[in-house]
Amino acid sequence: MKKQDKILTVILLAALFIFLIIANLFLDAYIKRVLNLCAIYTILALSMNLINGFTGLFSLGHAGFMAIGAYCVGIFTLPISVRPANFYIEPMHPAIANVELPFFVALLLGGVLAAFFAFLIGAPVLRLRDDYLAIATLGFSEIIRIVLTNMQSITNGPLGIKNIPTTANMWWIYGVTLVTVIFLVLLISSSYGRAFKAIREDEIAAQAMGINLFRHKILSFMIGAFFAGIAGGLYASMLSTVDPKNFIFTLTYNFLLIIVLGGMGSVSGTIISAYIVTAGLEIMRFFDEPLSIFGVSIPLFRPGLRMVIFSICLMIIVLFFRNGLMGNKELNWDMLRGLFSKRSKRIKGGEAR
Amino acid sequence: MLKIENLTVSYGGIEALKGIDLEVPEGSIVTLIGANGAGKSTTLRTIMGLVKCKSGKITYKGEDITGAPSPSIVAKGITLVPEGRRVFPDLTVLENLKIGAYLRNDHAQIKKDLEWVYELFPRLKERSWQLAGTLSGGEQQMLAVGRALMSRPKIMMMDEPSLGLAPLIVKSIFSIIQEINKNGVTILLIEQNANMALRIADWGYVLETGKIVLAGKGQDLLQNEDVKSAYLGKKKEKKD
Repeated sequence: MKKQDKILTVILLAALFIFLIIANLFLDAYIKRVLNLCAIYTILALSMNLINGFTGLFSLGHAGFMAIGAYCVGIFTLPISVRPANFYIEPMHPAIANVELPFFVALLLGGVLAAFFAFLIGAPVLRLRDDYLAIATLGFSEIIRIVLTNMQSITNGPLGIKNIPTTANMWWIYGVTLVTVIFLVLLISSSYGRAFKAIREDEIAAQAMGINLFRHKILSFMIGAFFAGIAGGLYASMLSTVDPKNFIFTLTYNFLLIIVLGGMGSVSGTIISAYIVTAGLEIMRFFDEPLSIFGVSIPLFRPGLRMVIFSICLMIIVLFFRNGLMGNKELNWDMLRGLFSKRSKRIKGGEAR
Repeated sequence: MLKIENLTVSYGGIEALKGIDLEVPEGSIVTLIGANGAGKSTTLRTIMGLVKCKSGKITYKGEDITGAPSPSIVAKGITLVPEGRRVFPDLTVLENLKIGAYLRNDHAQIKKDLEWVYELFPRLKERSWQLAGTLSGGEQQMLAVGRALMSRPKIMMMDEPSLGLAPLIVKSIFSIIQEINKNGVTILLIEQNANMALRIADWGYVLETGKIVLAGKGQDLLQNEDVKSAYLGKKKEKKD
């Protein structure tokens, strides 16, 4: 990295820090909530991109891993005093009824448990490829959700858990997001990252280069699940409730959408598109409300229009940006400089010809 | 150096190799020629541990490596330039080369080897930031060879390096193979272009439907009537 780039990166981080202070002080709860959700979706999409975009494993099990993390935080950070009010149908299992963990520990535990289940699932399933892997992981994510729904004495079943302390404020969420981004960028540019990409490109050639396919696939799968678990924990703490219905498999499609839109195999693209998709869906809410101009109500504006317009936007993006916004390129300072000096370059190019 | 004894491999019910024996002495160029489906690629894949064999024994420097996992085989110094090049298209040339050195930790030596590969193929140095998928066929073949060299092999196995390349490029690839061999790398070469392969080979084997039907010095095989008629496109003289 050049010295100038380093300075720019530090400035960017400082700007983010100042923005967070201002946001915390002046923005209303709704906008803060949206910004937090964007960051959580960034973690989820990045971890899914590690599995899908960088390692080339078409996995659709992310909602399940997220649920494990969310429940872990939900169960273990719930104050013991409010537990009886939550678990009124069946009391909490005695083994965990009196265990209360600090938020950070519960968050990590959620990540680790998600990674552990990823290992259990991945060991038999990662031999499959493409669509078959997608179906198998999708099935497993549903199994996780259904098991969680039926463990009444541990997860409170379909009632969900309420009144989880909302420890995860903006600082927590953005801090964890930043750590995730840095970790994944370092991982991807390491020799492990190269091996992941090699597996994505050509399994046989990767094997002939001495790359242990199974080990790397499961490693990528587990790291992805770990961060999904962490993000799930933040999500539970932010909303202060967990509900099994939150984690149905369609949730995974949101993340898939983000990574396809941002570019499979691009960290910066994923971050940008996580914000576009999450914030975009919120901003477009006014389409769902009735609208009248000069006293004439426009019949189109009714609940559901938002999704129609969103789908049209998606189609346009898929048609004109085949590889997502960024493809598998990364946004870096050189590229930004290139954007700003495009015009002068063009003139120079013209002269050269 | 590398010795194969009575190797049989089958895909389901089809026997691809029906008990072949071959030997690759250290420092030599050995070539395996044969038509499509003779079992040439299967032989290499079995040595690499990509395909499991049914029976038989593969020994490398006296050590039994039959059925060993491919990472440990690569670590021992055997490498494969796969058929059809199989470079990683969405990675840069440099990244491709670095993956070749994946199992190594000696960073100083890796750097030296990278320089050596760039010396052998100056074209790769010019294009080190280009995506491998955008290279021409010949350049991709150079990259595949360079990538294999980055693992510091003692034996390099090449699966049809001339596949789909212009004759001029084939010539240069073959002269580079000889140069690599002079640097102390033993070479096991698979070719359909029997003429080219036998010319540079010390020893050659002819494979036909899973069996070795002929073996001999490269020059001798070039003169052999059967080889000539089957692979070199020259008509047999009628004996009446």
